[in-house]
Amino acid sequence: MSKMESVVTEICDRYGNDRARLMDIVSDVQRKLGHVPREAFELIAQGANTHHVEVESVISFYAFLSEEKKGAIVIRLCNDIIDRFHDGEAVAEALKRELGIGIGETTPDGKFTLEETPSIGMSDQSPAMMVNHEIVTNLTPEQIPGMIAKLRKTGKPQSLVGDLGDGQNAGKLIHSMVQNNIREAGPVLLSGYKRGKGIRKALTETPEEVIENMKASGLRGRGGAGFLAGLKWQLTRQSPGKEKYVLCNADEGEPGTFKDRVLLTERAELMVEGMTIAAYAIGAETGILYLRAEYAYLRRHLEEVLNQFREQHLLGKRILGHSNFHFDIRIQMGAGAYVCGEETSLISSCEGTRGDPTDRTPFPVAKGYMVSPTAVNNVETYCCAARILDQGAGWFASIGTEKSTGTKLLSVCGDCALPGIYEVPFGIPLREVLKRAGAENVAAVQVGGPSGQMVGPAEFEQTISYEELSTGGSMMVFSNERDLLEVVQAFMQFFVDESCGYCVPCRVGNVLLKSRIEQIRRGDGSPADLVYLQNLGTSVKRMSRCGLGQTSPNPVLSTLKHFRPVYNSLVRDNKTGLQKSFHIMQAVEDASRIAGRRSEVFHE
Amino acid sequence: MKKNVTITIDGKEIPAKLGQTIMQAADDAGIYIPRLCSHKDLSPIGSCRLCTVLVDGRPQASCVKPVMDGMVIENDTPELLEHRRNIIDMMFVEGNHFCMFCEKSGNCELQAMAYRFGITAPQYPYQFPEKAVDASHPDILLDHNRCIMCARCVRASQELDGKNVFQSIGRGFERKIGVNGEKDLGDTDMSVDDKAADICPVGCIIKKRVGFKVPIGEREYDTRRIGSFVEANAES
Repeated sequence: MSKMESVVTEICDRYGNDRARLMDIVSDVQRKLGHVPREAFELIAQGANTHHVEVESVISFYAFLSEEKKGAIVIRLCNDIIDRFHDGEAVAEALKRELGIGIGETTPDGKFTLEETPSIGMSDQSPAMMVNHEIVTNLTPEQIPGMIAKLRKTGKPQSLVGDLGDGQNAGKLIHSMVQNNIREAGPVLLSGYKRGKGIRKALTETPEEVIENMKASGLRGRGGAGFLAGLKWQLTRQSPGKEKYVLCNADEGEPGTFKDRVLLTERAELMVEGMTIAAYAIGAETGILYLRAEYAYLRRHLEEVLNQFREQHLLGKRILGHSNFHFDIRIQMGAGAYVCGEETSLISSCEGTRGDPTDRTPFPVAKGYMVSPTAVNNVETYCCAARILDQGAGWFASIGTEKSTGTKLLSVCGDCALPGIYEVPFGIPLREVLKRAGAENVAAVQVGGPSGQMVGPAEFEQTISYEELSTGGSMMVFSNERDLLEVVQAFMQFFVDESCGYCVPCRVGNVLLKSRIEQIRRGDGSPADLVYLQNLGTSVKRMSRCGLGQTSPNPVLSTLKHFRPVYNSLVRDNKTGLQKSFHIMQAVEDASRIAGRRSEVFHE
Repeated sequence: MKKNVTITIDGKEIPAKLGQTIMQAADDAGIYIPRLCSHKDLSPIGSCRLCTVLVDGRPQASCVKPVMDGMVIENDTPELLEHRRNIIDMMFVEGNHFCMFCEKSGNCELQAMAYRFGITAPQYPYQFPEKAVDASHPDILLDHNRCIMCARCVRASQELDGKNVFQSIGRGFERKIGVNGEKDLGDTDMSVDDKAADICPVGCIIKKRVGFKVPIGEREYDTRRIGSFVEANAES
């Protein structure tokens, strides 16, 4: 048996030759072999009871899985616009220079691969990069030569970690330089937690009473969509099905969002408790924490929290002596795909397939994970739920506004003096948030990340709430020195990179939107192009299948609405009647080359 | 017996049965909703989005959305027609479609759909992507230039042939149809008699040695427009 064969067989056996664990199987094979070679596809297919092409389908979907051999150390530099505005491009140049390779390449000695990746959840300490699973923050171009020299010498990504971060970041299990940057701790999430209080309280109530409590609190989904959590639990409880599941969405991929990073670091217990309460309420025995690959550095810490809960009978069989209540949680690692934050994609990914979304009739509450009733909630939502049980629905509902109860964790980044985490009551005006973050000369704020909207000073009096400015947490601040269309172009590139490609409008439309923005930025745009963007963007929004495509044109559409003068200053009436995007010299270039002579008609 | 319900499409009340999709109910009533990925013998997947209608004001793919009693549906509206036209244009520019020398011309559902919508040229710039042609199979040609990612072949192979010859690989604009073999179609158990060999709406899966057997001018959509088989139901 070859080494590859024994590796694959051993891994497939470990996961019970279960097709639904294909994500874990290929990830483990990659960890062992450095990549998933094509020759291994058939072996994996046999070992996981599936087909060659299904294995390829999964590997080719996730950015962190690779058929190609990569370097022993993979450097993934975050290429978000926030990183780029903080000298990220100079860092990229320094990395290329030191390694002698371009983005996407591997050094000839097989030691390093250099890649770019979208948001790694470190926008408050950017530019940042992943070196294998290690996070390195606050990069400067000057540091890069020393860092690469160190890596060459030690071969160990850990060698780049200098001073450790605060709180749990400094603990043995995380041991990372990441800083929490908690600027404001509110009453719900970041202060006042005592382990086990929420779950103990829940177990004195019937599941139905827990659900009523949740509904009375008015808690809405913190991922951004804002669905009533109590109603979701009730629907899951009422849906027929032998097995039910509780899934936690820790795939925080929206650029500019890093609040779940801090909750997972400092409030993992609260989240686990919230998931356990949900399990009790809906009648589930299995929970899955879907953790994005970028947060792999938190995994050991999270496993330890789960173990502690098991030891204290807060997880496992007969929780707190309750004879009929059994519940446990496994961690499912993601592998680099923004779309997996969409709940049906997340479920696909947990089932071991590519993360294509599925149709939302039936909804996951009726047919989700393994075609069974499933409640999928955000990390922050579960944290809130545990606090609601502990402190009461009335207490929670007294904070915030009538339709947006409780507090919201905001992750503020970009052009401000104090980037970081703010736990604020819903209903706070955007202007107040900007003031607290020390943001001056603000031209625009991207509320809710690229899929949200860009607003200007005219909207700064609006409040953070589901009614007005809704956000999953991302708040990117741009000063009046920034080129807003550069931001728009970067966001469209992000959606082009992250579209799963399942449906036509999102697969193609985003590419077309991005290239027209580029054209306008080059100075080749006319007023007709603004109509084009509006119509095309509306088609993508209205016709796309899932939340990604339905929000991906927002960077274009919201700037057309709020920042029209920026566009107007760039486009010019086109009196010639010729398409400005069409360059005749470029068009005849290939033909001239083949003919071996220049065109008689079109030449310089 | 499935329960009878009533739905309204563009102001017209039509009967439907619970368990039917909106598209199936509309077909029975002789109301054509444009479609490309959908096929009557295959389970629907809602990927082309052409069949999007408004259900109580919200966009939904009618091929996958089940009917409910009292649903109010908009289908033939100027807004939806424009969005659909835009999607057809997108399909043309994301691939390399050369109708004038494509064997499928006249039988091609994408071409027929463009004619139905009065499209003579796409409004978007051609992307001219580099796509592979796989001629490895003795009887079948796979030309990815003309693929619209409808995944009919994926479903037909699984659902009708009991095989697993095709699957989607890659993501985003790079997404394509992969084959279940080491390298190309010749490495798979695909047979020219498979239903999957006959299901492609465009000229991506082409059978060898039977090209132009039916002359141009006498083909499916040379004489009648796409959708007319449904619209014929309205008269009966």
